Amino acid sequence: MRRKTSRLMRGLAVLSVLALGATACGGSDDDSSGQKPVSADDVQAALKKGGSVTVWAWEPTLKTVAADFQKKYPKVKINLVGERSGDKHYTALSNAISAKKGVPDVSQVEYFALGQYSLTKGLTDLASFGADKLKDKYTPGPWNAVSEGDKVYGLPMDSGPMALFYNKKVFDKYKIAVPTTWDEYVDAARKLHKADPKVYIANDAGDAGFTTSMLWQAGSRPYKVDGTKVSVDFSDAGAKKYTDTWQQLIDEKLVSPINGWTDDWYKGLGDGTIATLASGAWMPANFTTGVPNASGDWRAAPMPAWTKGDKASAENGGSSLALPALGKNKELAYAFVEYANSGAGVQSRVKEGAFPATTAELKNDAFLDTEFKYFGGQKANTVFADSAANVADDWSYLPFQQYANSIFNDTVGKAYVGNTKLADGLKSWQDASVKYGKEQGFTVE
Amino acid sequence: MTTLQPPVAAKPRKARPPAQGDRRSWTGWGFIGPFVAVFALVFLAPIAYSIYLSLFRDQLIGGTQFVGMDNYTQALKDERFWESLARVSLFLAVQVPIMLGIALLIALALDSGRLFGKDFFRIAIFLPYAVPAVVATLMWGFMYGTKYGLVGDINDAFGVTLPDPLSSDLVLASIGNIVTWEFIGYNMLIFYSALRVIPQSLYEAAEIDGAGQVRIVTAIKLPAIRGALVIATIFSIIGSFQLFNEPSILRPLARNAITTDFTPNFYTYSLSFNGQQHNYSAAVAIIMGLITMVIAYVVQLRGMRKGA
Repeated sequence: MRRKTSRLMRGLAVLSVLALGATACGGSDDDSSGQKPVSADDVQAALKKGGSVTVWAWEPTLKTVAADFQKKYPKVKINLVGERSGDKHYTALSNAISAKKGVPDVSQVEYFALGQYSLTKGLTDLASFGADKLKDKYTPGPWNAVSEGDKVYGLPMDSGPMALFYNKKVFDKYKIAVPTTWDEYVDAARKLHKADPKVYIANDAGDAGFTTSMLWQAGSRPYKVDGTKVSVDFSDAGAKKYTDTWQQLIDEKLVSPINGWTDDWYKGLGDGTIATLASGAWMPANFTTGVPNASGDWRAAPMPAWTKGDKASAENGGSSLALPALGKNKELAYAFVEYANSGAGVQSRVKEGAFPATTAELKNDAFLDTEFKYFGGQKANTVFADSAANVADDWSYLPFQQYANSIFNDTVGKAYVGNTKLADGLKSWQDASVKYGKEQGFTVE
Repeated sequence: MTTLQPPVAAKPRKARPPAQGDRRSWTGWGFIGPFVAVFALVFLAPIAYSIYLSLFRDQLIGGTQFVGMDNYTQALKDERFWESLARVSLFLAVQVPIMLGIALLIALALDSGRLFGKDFFRIAIFLPYAVPAVVATLMWGFMYGTKYGLVGDINDAFGVTLPDPLSSDLVLASIGNIVTWEFIGYNMLIFYSALRVIPQSLYEAAEIDGAGQVRIVTAIKLPAIRGALVIATIFSIIGSFQLFNEPSILRPLARNAITTDFTPNFYTYSLSFNGQQHNYSAAVAIIMGLITMVIAYVVQLRGMRKGA
């Protein structure tokens, strides 16, 4: 009874506390989270019988996958809902799970957010469908992100090994070498900005995803998670390397204070005032659609190293498809997820510019030899694949990373407007994360 | 007549109070019933429910438990909450007088009858109120842009460097500017309609007494519209404390300046939607509601007493 009321309560909380709108929230009684093993035959039988699957995902390449899937299994209908992304997506998903109503059968969940949902038993363990046997198909980083012991909470959809995208036209114009270390990067930043005060080496106005990826590459491991025991510590050597370097860029105003994914950002990438972008390998598709006018200007290079010759890389972004525990048609939902992220769907997604998490595609010659028209014919996938092979896989995010990221700008953001130092900002982010963790019942050290 | 009636009326009233009393109350309920039902459903029930919610705590680890007043004691010690309250209080102290002052001046100007194109002027001032707050904020957000917005264009065209309206020092003032722009027309209309009902005879009398326009304003117009002034002030206080739309829409443009606890309402929103802390959020919302009520009530009492 307590559990039932609490669910109802959380569902209603949303509308009554803030009175943002009136949606009916009824607590339904069916409890479909029991997980018996499901055999491949069961899945085949379900596919023959047909039904519908609701998928919440903003990954653009899934449209083709859904169409292909329906062609192959005409009795199955895929309802792809893709208007929401990022924070809005997770808010909607959390609310649906709390209210036990309108939960999708399949949901895109970024790697950093998986912990929160798996911890609260919001996701189906896919090992019951035999997903644990797919381990060797994927690169270690993404697999590490979706699995926990012998449990599997999603199938990796893409991955974001980092690369340094740079505007070759700008670098050529001012005859500046493309940096291979972060020290050279700071140097290049000074030269570029001196040559043209409108040009900045990069934009950065405080982005949690970017900062955590940079820490990852620098060898920092701020988050340690062991079940309900977590620790947060931004004072290790890796974090210091990062803050020392980045603080110079901020102090000398060498990074443009523009937020990613804004109009200003797209314009800056297009007109050469933002000269580089360190981002995940999923970025090319966004360049093509978001900055079409700069086609031919940009190239991809390996991430600058923290010490010369070091090849360590990191992941930035990347997501999985998971089955919310309260979703329906589990067999069909799993069949779709497997088709999209492990089966034939992978090739069609790669063709449309997705960066796969499967080893076979990453080693495929046709994939590596793909010439990117946008990057002036560069075989950019070789850069990305090389990066993927050098990602350290012992990184973990907090089980409440979604909340931690939401307060990043409240704390670390202060360093970007000159009120505090980056290292101090990280310290207050740490304190706020620890406080929240304790409030949520975690054992925080 | 009246002295005779009580003894006569007293007897029958005593004899059949239940019947008459009943019929009377039921008829009354019939009239206010629809209102009470809706009022209870959309106003009382959510408040009661929020209070109920605020007595629990829901954790990622450990689930839901009854915690009594813990959320309230936590909120009262919450620096982030008090900072946000201080921020809107500052906003209130600066923006509301400016907005109401300008609105009053315009209303008096319109009422003076010496304005050419009065109707056009009135509708033009009122028009921003008809623009949805979301659209208005987006529009202003664009103008505030120092890269590609209006501020940026002015900087480029005249070779100057205007301060960034979305920097952490100025963003509150920038939001104040948007709110002022939005609500001057609305307040002006309240004042103007109050001015229109002042009897002409008072002005005539004032003229006969040899009073000038300034004297008429201070001695007749302002005292006469004191009620409207108090009402507008209360609305503005509530509006300031509930500030939410403008910061939440401007936030993507200025994440470091507009924190997730920028205003009390935005803080409860963040607690609830980013942190899934619905229970604590409910406690903060109720405390904020009480504070708003108390301040609005004090203003009303003071305003009315001066009027009397």
